[in-house]
Amino acid sequence: MSVLPPGAERLIWMFTQMLRIRAFEDRVKRTFIDHPGVIRGHTHLADGAEASIVGSLSHFREGDAALATYRCHGYPMVLGSDPKAMMAEVYGRADGLCKGLGGSMHLTDVKRGFLGTSGIVGAGIPHAAGAAWAAQIRRKANMVLCFFGDGASKQGAFHETLNIASLWKLPLVFVMENNGYNVVTTSAQEDANAAAGEPLAVKAKAYAMPGVTVDGTDPLAVYKTVGEAIERARAGQGPTLVESKVYRLSAHGNIIAPPGVPLHFPEHEAIAVFGKREEYEAALRGDPVPRFRGILVKNGTLTSDKADELSSQIAHEMQEAVTFALGSPFPKIESALEYNYA
Amino acid sequence: MAQMPYVAAIDAGIHQEMRRDPDVLYFGQNLATTENHEFVAAYGPDRVRVTPISETAEIGIAIGAAMAGLRPVVELYMAEFMLVAMDQVVNEAPRFRYMSGGQVKVPLVLKAGYGFTAGWAGQHTGSLTALFMGVPGLKVVVPSTAADAKGLMATAIRDDNPVVYLHHYMLTLEQGEVPDGEYLVPFGKAEVRRAGGDVTIVATGWMVPRALAAAQQLAKEGINAEVIDPRTVAPLDLETILQSVDKTGRVVLVDQATRHASTTAMIAADIAEHRFNALKAPVTQVTAADTTIPYSEPLEAHVIPDEARIAAAVRKVLQ
Repeated sequence: MSVLPPGAERLIWMFTQMLRIRAFEDRVKRTFIDHPGVIRGHTHLADGAEASIVGSLSHFREGDAALATYRCHGYPMVLGSDPKAMMAEVYGRADGLCKGLGGSMHLTDVKRGFLGTSGIVGAGIPHAAGAAWAAQIRRKANMVLCFFGDGASKQGAFHETLNIASLWKLPLVFVMENNGYNVVTTSAQEDANAAAGEPLAVKAKAYAMPGVTVDGTDPLAVYKTVGEAIERARAGQGPTLVESKVYRLSAHGNIIAPPGVPLHFPEHEAIAVFGKREEYEAALRGDPVPRFRGILVKNGTLTSDKADELSSQIAHEMQEAVTFALGSPFPKIESALEYNYA
Repeated sequence: MAQMPYVAAIDAGIHQEMRRDPDVLYFGQNLATTENHEFVAAYGPDRVRVTPISETAEIGIAIGAAMAGLRPVVELYMAEFMLVAMDQVVNEAPRFRYMSGGQVKVPLVLKAGYGFTAGWAGQHTGSLTALFMGVPGLKVVVPSTAADAKGLMATAIRDDNPVVYLHHYMLTLEQGEVPDGEYLVPFGKAEVRRAGGDVTIVATGWMVPRALAAAQQLAKEGINAEVIDPRTVAPLDLETILQSVDKTGRVVLVDQATRHASTTAMIAADIAEHRFNALKAPVTQVTAADTTIPYSEPLEAHVIPDEARIAAAVRKVLQ
């Protein structure tokens, strides 16, 4: 299998999408300070995983599907969801992507192939396999991308689904975004492979499918690796487990607090819990977004001015999303009972 | 009309819908392991598959396939096996339509037998209906006759929501008249199995024939019992029950489940709330004893509601 490297236009699109995810989530994070009380519950950011998300979704076609976890702002952004509707959803408003009924953890945009997000770790993995079964029997060379974290690979749902997906040769790519932490537990504390110094991709071996590890902070590496897995899936050769190594640049989520306590994003667990400031700072130095910008400017794909212009356009786009979401009304009270049944 | 056992009527309902709609899938453990299996022979391996012992993945796959536009029926055999995958049943399948603001539908059927009080001891004999009936987004079906077994299965498959279809193992070989051709039984419409004006008996599943047997016995004593079979407990046809209570003022609710995990506890609360003034006697429940089901036959029989206990409860509310 060979996946050709993306051309200049595609590279700029990829960089743009990475910037958009980062800018959107910066505004989500800032909302806790700028507009206290507007975001409720628990919100999780994908900062640090943008390259992995964009590199994977670059191969998405009409009829494909993607499913993800509660850390779900990045995927619909790349698939074309309107950031205004996304921000309105995070703010619980009537114009939200899910009419304010799901919130940050449950973004869904079926028209764009983003089928759903479970907030229960690992629980969405078999859903992706079900969508892949549909793709398999419709025979249109569609495939499904299943995104989850390293923590989910300790769930039974992960193991059961990998077994069936391989057995049935489902057109499915499992993208495990390994950010090294399950909330405040390190991989080595909870994963036998990690504790033995093995990559988590070795879990694929137990299910007779390819398992590969890729630098998830490098969008081109992800583009190639996930692209090859997608080609296999489309060709009817079955699923692949891709371990995409990223570093979560924010804490797991905003603080979990009872009503009355203002919510905010705490310091990253590496520092707050483990005192590993150097580990965190090294991750910041490797931040995939400025790094990709540097690469594109250096190889002449983008000028610095053009990159700055993109950033400023996107900052404007996300400001508009915030303004729109703040102005969107709360959903009608009756809508609380509207969607239990079809 | 054809005479057939309850178990064949369930299959007839699945066949009816699989013939009609190519999007219907049927899969589960130990199903279709040879190409001669009647369903795989009829509909092919794209639609009929055997799975490993992986309830979480089986039900989760059904959810994903349903969200992608198919109509899966999962063969789970025993209601207890859903407990292995409780998150998928209770906190995944019924949530996606709501959380997506109505963007997705999750039409699937979880087919499982329950109440196998034929020496299956403590872990395969539960009556778990009430566990599911209060979950918004789920529908729960409990056929007690062969005709309903077919018609409710067909309706379950056509329904655009996740449906827990609980067939009663003790009824498996019960013969019944089943309509030929396309047959559907609506959800949320109770059936009055026996009309009567003295007392209202509400029962589901295997408790329906036991309640009818009790009513027959009571008739000899001059007591005319009405026996109502809700057929689906979510949605529950409370209206038919309340109308009967208006007429009789006396209620005996029968459930094979233990008391505080019973559907009758819920129905009793609704009756008390809506018909307090119509009642001439306390609402009375006849349920299983609060115990794990014992293996030994006389003990097993002792803890499950039977005709005599139902009849005794009726006599008491008529005092």
